[in-house]
Amino acid sequence: MIPTSYYILLGSGLFTIGVIGVLTRRNVLVILMSIELILNAVNINLVALSQYFHSVDGQVFAIFVITDAAAEAAVGLGLIIALFRNKETVNADEIDLLKW
Amino acid sequence: MLLLVAFGVLSAVALVSGVMVITRRNAVHSVIWLIVALFAVGGIFLLQHAEFLFAVQIILYVGGIMVLFLFVVMLVNLDVALKQAQFSRQWQLGLFTAVLVFAQLAYVIYKIGSGMSLPAQPAGPAPAHNTQAIGQALYQTYMLPVEIASLLLLVAMVGAVIMAKRKFE
Repeated sequence: MIPTSYYILLGSGLFTIGVIGVLTRRNVLVILMSIELILNAVNINLVALSQYFHSVDGQVFAIFVITDAAAEAAVGLGLIIALFRNKETVNADEIDLLKW
Repeated sequence: MLLLVAFGVLSAVALVSGVMVITRRNAVHSVIWLIVALFAVGGIFLLQHAEFLFAVQIILYVGGIMVLFLFVVMLVNLDVALKQAQFSRQWQLGLFTAVLVFAQLAYVIYKIGSGMSLPAQPAGPAPAHNTQAIGQALYQTYMLPVEIASLLLLVAMVGAVIMAKRKFE
């Protein structure tokens, strides 16, 4: 039996990698992929704790998280396509229309 | 023992491919490494007897979302972005902040791991039929959330179509 804390540690490690990706990369596509990594880290934690408490509630919430990830990917990628059509760039720091 | 080895291999694959996702220059390579990471996370679900979530992970994430990502990466012309700097100007600050967050998380998890604050585990065995238990929870206890999730997917679908349309009128 693997201790639950190992799973949670793995989840926090994956979460940290995702946060580093969001904070340091310029490419919007890679930032979206980092968000997927973060959501997967959350799912690992949910499943680990649902196994610990002998209940499927955590796994049901993991399914809702995956649903959210699908919705977010669809809208985010639509935004990227619209953005690329208008500004010809995928760099997050060149998207500064709201900045003055 | 065998379980522990499997866990070590799977988590090493997940973490290494996660690092690969955020360091590759070419976005197509990032997508491929992300698929490897998602497979490893699916293996970890399987290790925890969450068979239904493993199937959902493979079908929905790897089969659905990642194909969507690949489509957009191929659609968007990345030749210019390939030659530019890949990391933003404040990357040292971002790295420092993220490592700080990880240190705090690891400290708290170490405290919990040494048996301080996690509530006691309930007695008795875990539910035997994973898929059946999840189906009953989804369609009995969580019926309203399922409906809300379906509405969310509909809104996201309409939103994606409107965003990607050629012209706003």
